[in-house]
Amino acid sequence: MKKWGLAVAACAALLGCATTGGDSGSASSSGSAGDREYSALFDPDPFPSTYRPYPGRPTVIRNATIYDGEGGRIENGQVYFADGRIQAIGPTVDAPADADVVDGTGLWVTPGVIDIHSHLGNYPTPSVEAHSDGNEATDPNTAEVWTEHSVWPQDPGFSRALANGGVTTLNILPGSANLFGGRSVTLRNVPGRTMQDMKFPGAPYGLKMACGENPKRVYGGRNRSPATRMGNMAVARQAWIDAQRYQEQWENYRENGGTRPARNLQNETLVGVMNGDILVHNHCYRADEMANMIDMSHEFGYEIASFQHAVEAYKIPDLLREEGICAAMWADWWGFKMEAYDTVFENIPMVHNAGACAIVHSDDENQIQRLNQEAAKALADGRRAGLQITDEEAWQWLAINPARALGIDAETGSLVAGKRADLVLWNGNPLSVYSRPQMVWIDGALMYDMNDPRRRPVSDFELGQPGEGSVR
Amino acid sequence: MSRSAMMPFALSLSKGCTFLLSLPKKGRASTSSAQTAFGALLSLVAVAIAAPVTAQTVAITGGTVVIGDGSDPIPNGTVVMRNGRVVSAGAGTTVPAGAETIDATGRWVTPGIVGGFTRLGLVEVSAVSGTNDTSAGESPFSAALDVTPAVNPLSSAIATNRAGGVTRAVVAPDTSGDSLFGGQGAIIDLGADMDAVMRPRAFQFIELGETGASRAGGSRAASYAMLRNALQQAQRYAANPNGYGGGSTDDLLNRLDAAALVPVVQGRTPLFVHVEQARDILNAIQLRDEFPRLRLVLVGVSEGWTVASQIAQSGVPVIASALNDLPAQFERLASTQSNIGRMRAAGVDVAIGMIDDNDTHLVRYSTQYAGNLVALQRIPGASGVSWGEAFALISSRPAEIMGLGDEIGSLRAGRRADVVIWDGDPLELTSNVDAMYIDGVEQPLVTRQSRLRDRYLRTDESDLPQAYEW
Repeated sequence: MKKWGLAVAACAALLGCATTGGDSGSASSSGSAGDREYSALFDPDPFPSTYRPYPGRPTVIRNATIYDGEGGRIENGQVYFADGRIQAIGPTVDAPADADVVDGTGLWVTPGVIDIHSHLGNYPTPSVEAHSDGNEATDPNTAEVWTEHSVWPQDPGFSRALANGGVTTLNILPGSANLFGGRSVTLRNVPGRTMQDMKFPGAPYGLKMACGENPKRVYGGRNRSPATRMGNMAVARQAWIDAQRYQEQWENYRENGGTRPARNLQNETLVGVMNGDILVHNHCYRADEMANMIDMSHEFGYEIASFQHAVEAYKIPDLLREEGICAAMWADWWGFKMEAYDTVFENIPMVHNAGACAIVHSDDENQIQRLNQEAAKALADGRRAGLQITDEEAWQWLAINPARALGIDAETGSLVAGKRADLVLWNGNPLSVYSRPQMVWIDGALMYDMNDPRRRPVSDFELGQPGEGSVR
Repeated sequence: MSRSAMMPFALSLSKGCTFLLSLPKKGRASTSSAQTAFGALLSLVAVAIAAPVTAQTVAITGGTVVIGDGSDPIPNGTVVMRNGRVVSAGAGTTVPAGAETIDATGRWVTPGIVGGFTRLGLVEVSAVSGTNDTSAGESPFSAALDVTPAVNPLSSAIATNRAGGVTRAVVAPDTSGDSLFGGQGAIIDLGADMDAVMRPRAFQFIELGETGASRAGGSRAASYAMLRNALQQAQRYAANPNGYGGGSTDDLLNRLDAAALVPVVQGRTPLFVHVEQARDILNAIQLRDEFPRLRLVLVGVSEGWTVASQIAQSGVPVIASALNDLPAQFERLASTQSNIGRMRAAGVDVAIGMIDDNDTHLVRYSTQYAGNLVALQRIPGASGVSWGEAFALISSRPAEIMGLGDEIGSLRAGRRADVVIWDGDPLELTSNVDAMYIDGVEQPLVTRQSRLRDRYLRTDESDLPQAYEW
């Protein structure tokens, strides 16, 4: 768990400090070392968030069963939110008399669901070739691409994730064709005209990495390196070595001046990882390969925030716990390729039970609508195997754990006073197949209401089409 | 922690009874000697096969009984089976004298799940081509392809889905290459024996819509030309088998493919047609104007609700995806989870299938999907189904569509004793299978996955590596 706290960077600063430079182009070898700071020369946040919360009403939910997202449970509890933030939570709370009151009798309240692995926007529906924007599969290292530039805000999938899944925050990752797939972007699940309108303010960038079958298949099939797992490691290590050299060149320039090194987007991202500003989300299935990736991270002095898919995490939960690496997993997907052959349905609870950080992820435009159900299946299978985990503990898999791995846990991921008011009111036990979101608030704004057919988004793409607005 | 503590559910029912009944076809002791060499899992299989076969009457008492015909669950019901068949099921059933009794108090007793459209048993690992027998793009044959020899009863997908309550499945080949014909599908059971195929060559599978157009050369017009030509040639073949293929350039279909389509065009074998879009659905139904004996079954049918009254009027049954609600292709713009509910409300004969959705490995999702359709009942504007109907969508409805309603899919008297005992509501996410019977034979629930789980629940390697835990 040691590194979960690092990620609360105030902004997605590239190298070192978190200032947002506006003075790029003022490079001069005669200036002070401070003027030659990388982040002073180049804007570290050139595509800034323009997200603004929508207006909400001060609201108190009463008489509900509450899972706080950090493992706590309040029976017959209350939560009050206003000004976009959780104001109070407990058995009883003080709320102003003019606050809207929602009677939660028989209902459940949880933090909004966070999906750490989504391709909404970069592999949107309809899944036509023109929309295939998730993999820049032209080189095993494309750390220079930022998947936010692929995100299509009109993906109809966002609305289903909201209305059926209660998803309020999601991390869009590049695909896994490449060893370094590029930067990920964390979004609020609020419709926007632009990607920037959806971008989670202050969320750190991630770097998608991949090991195993996909990179070696894609490039081996073109008679290029990597064609093997050892090739995967060699190409990745060389990339880190090159990034170290790049970092040294800039250090030398900052200290001694001289000719300014050429800027390189690929190395910028890798250096950002080594500096701890960019979080690694590493697609990796097999236990032995996760161990290799961990050793590589030690070799180059960076940390891995999460393993994605982590089908064999149950084989090495002790290693994941010691390293403080989260495992983001499916409940039961298996058998689609060799590295997914050893799935066990108890993977998630086995990781949790060993004291490591477990996350339920989707990687899928359908499963993102049912992450609560995926958690429920895994929880039940774990209990049957003797792993006693409570419902409220399991909700961490959808809430605080992904928030930590994304570096946004100071802002969201649990129902704690001061955090963003991202809440789902479920029309029953959210670990039951018979329950659905009844109301979803994002930053305290009501973005979905089961009982109000107008209170749900319909994308531009669907407007005027057959089935317009048929989100369920 | 002892192993038994880790597996509190392992086959032991409250009275500790373990029955191994069998139909004659299951009494295959002759095959057991060869199988015992395959390790622990297969030993279980062999045990099941080699167990004594008796005509014992078994009564499962005290559980919540689901008949599977769309009716509501029956509290405190009894299911009686004998000779591999259901004798009776329900509330008024009495336990015959001398019957072995299984106490299912607090549990649910249901017919086994019938996978309405699957590719179970055709694939071990999807991306390992040597283990993937779903399609054959390089083959000169198409409609003649028959999945029967491709079904591997010992594939891990069969065992894993069996452990999830699936007892029978409609197994379809897939299309590939330049033919819209996938070939002939089968009905299988998921029993732990080598005799999986219950009904071979049970249907022919074709793609129309976007995929069919692509297979046939690039347009829907091309797919209908290919289909029309093929069916006409099947008629010609049927009229004069020996004269077929005499060198005419019209004979685009080889002899085996033409022969395979004869029962289709004559209406003896159903034609499964994968269509999604409203116009493709109506086009497919209209095929009967030209080929009136076709027994159509529509598969997929995401936009079915938009033309539900026409489908209902045609009487053509539908095996639909349950929860697809995204415009994944332009032919599925109107996808919605309410599709099945709305089609049912319009009188369409419908079942749940898994087409284009984990059809090879996770047919056990059927119960979750059915449960989701129940959940829709509580959402204003959505169309769900009742609990009893939801269960029927994954049991009796697919059986009836295949003409097997008298054999499988429900616990009505006389049906094969495919019986599952669950530890709770079978559509609920938290429920699991405690025991199951296929043709009255109790089935093993151990899987390769459960073995892996048990190995790694033991983390102590101080004496020996985990590899010695088996």
